[in-house]
Amino acid sequence: MAAFILRRLIQTIVVLLIVSIIGFLIIHLIPGDPALTMLGENATQEQINALRTQLGLDQPVVVQYLRWLINVLHGNLGKSLMYGESVTSLVASRLPVTFHLGIIALILGTLISVPAGIIAAVRRGGVLDQLITVSANLGMAIPLFWLGILGIYLFSLKLGWLPVQGYTSPFDNFSLNLKQIIMPVICLAVVPLASLTRQTRSSMLEVIRQDYIRTARSKGLKERVIIFKHALRNAVIPVVTLLGIQVRNLVGGSVLVETVFNISGIGRLMVKSVFDKDFLVVQGCVLMIAFVVALANLLVDLSYGWLDPRIRQEE
Amino acid sequence: MSPSTTEELLELPPKASEFKRFVRVFFGRKVVIFGTVVILLFLLTAAFAPLIAPYDPYAQNLGKALESPSREHMLGTDPLGRDELSRIIYGTRISLAVGIISVGIAAIIGMALGLFAGYFGKITNTVIMRFIDAMMAIPPIMLALAIAAALGGGLWNVIISLGVALIPTQARLMRGQVLSVKQADYVTAGEVIGASDLRIMTLHIVPNCLPPLIVLITLNLGVAILSEASLSFLGVGIKPPAAAWGAMVNDGYRYLLSNPVLSFAPGFCVMLIVIAFNLVGDGLRDALDPRLRGTL
Repeated sequence: MAAFILRRLIQTIVVLLIVSIIGFLIIHLIPGDPALTMLGENATQEQINALRTQLGLDQPVVVQYLRWLINVLHGNLGKSLMYGESVTSLVASRLPVTFHLGIIALILGTLISVPAGIIAAVRRGGVLDQLITVSANLGMAIPLFWLGILGIYLFSLKLGWLPVQGYTSPFDNFSLNLKQIIMPVICLAVVPLASLTRQTRSSMLEVIRQDYIRTARSKGLKERVIIFKHALRNAVIPVVTLLGIQVRNLVGGSVLVETVFNISGIGRLMVKSVFDKDFLVVQGCVLMIAFVVALANLLVDLSYGWLDPRIRQEE
Repeated sequence: MSPSTTEELLELPPKASEFKRFVRVFFGRKVVIFGTVVILLFLLTAAFAPLIAPYDPYAQNLGKALESPSREHMLGTDPLGRDELSRIIYGTRISLAVGIISVGIAAIIGMALGLFAGYFGKITNTVIMRFIDAMMAIPPIMLALAIAAALGGGLWNVIISLGVALIPTQARLMRGQVLSVKQADYVTAGEVIGASDLRIMTLHIVPNCLPPLIVLITLNLGVAILSEASLSFLGVGIKPPAAAWGAMVNDGYRYLLSNPVLSFAPGFCVMLIVIAFNLVGDGLRDALDPRLRGTL
């Protein structure tokens, strides 16, 4: 197990290094002079020169990257042109909001999708299965921003049950926070809900066909024992591997959901920075998110290495 | 003449029966037929948009701004007095064009990367796959958003950014396929008679890797259309006055209480076309290779 952990740790570090190259290149994709683009037409020559020096644009690319990487490793992602704050503290201040919504959505999605997938698989072809499969297909295809707008129309504007937009810290006003996050969380939860349901269903169907399930049946075990003790444990492994991707998709979804519901999380910050041409913040968001996702993937891999001994013994 | 005796049946070329089996399984499910019909309808709408659309989608008429649905304007008019239905019909062109071209780019680059990684292995594999892993750590919509923003938005930059963001899934699947096909006897035979790498890759490996990739390409068309709509909803995608569904949802958002249909209708179209591609993708998977269930 120690060798397995070490191998995955090294892989994660390599991935993060390459992510840093991708993040670094974002600024270099800007056509023409990035400093001029970021500051706009009205900037003075001194301001442009100062930013060029800050970005190190006067150096060869490799030197630029290494200097930038050393800064990043020291937690220095540069200074936001719009907010005047350091990008690190700006991103760090927004992450908890996105996490708050994302974690609840992930838990909600998992708690509903796994039982739904099991029911669909056990009752294959039945009415419940068809209902669950159709809902999952809808969930995979529905534009999150549109779902949010439908929710606002129905529950805020027509019924008046929930506030339209905004986010208040749960420490300031818990009940208001609860009302504000219901719709964003449901919108976000659709992402893991749909794909985990599909995965659980097909993975259960796969396992139910195996010989050891037939053996368990022929021994006369109760169906409940077969499903929960024998089938589920094996069916859940591919579902767990998907959890890492879910973290990534949730953060992706936050870009849209936070925009629709006007929530100051990292998704909204990134969209706003795109419009402000505040590219150091865009870069910082990408790096920070990739870091979190890579970490989540590492945890997922370690956990299924623990769930399934065959995986950690590979190689 | 159709075969009648057992002997004649046995002599049927296997390819023909394989194709028949494909058709039987693919069209055996009603939802797949539904998906196919929806895609065909959207394709026809895109192709014949000027004939179908009742009005010019760009013609502004401020005197008729924000009208409710009526016999004259079935889905009403937008804040600039343009006919919403006509704009949705023209929007089909943008959605499909962006989807097809960006997935095409992703498929070509992703398959090439996966092919090299799987075929040559060793350091080639490590370099390519770690790069793909790194791309997988960034949510595709964020990656596309960052790239499109840096490049400056617009139709082609959106297509490029989505194309790049969709490369990882194609590359990963291709690599896995190549690894398994490479073990086949016919590949070893090719190596033994001294066929070049290029010949083995293009003639023997690529054709045998295709079925699951076709499934993924179909599913990715849905992903690309959904992502394009998301980018244009955020305002980074296709620039006005072009009619992009995502941007139309956003435009209508401000008039949600008075004219909800302005937001509802284009969003519904996005959902419908994405569902159609997903259903057809699932149908293709079951018909081409049912073993893929649960992996794609």
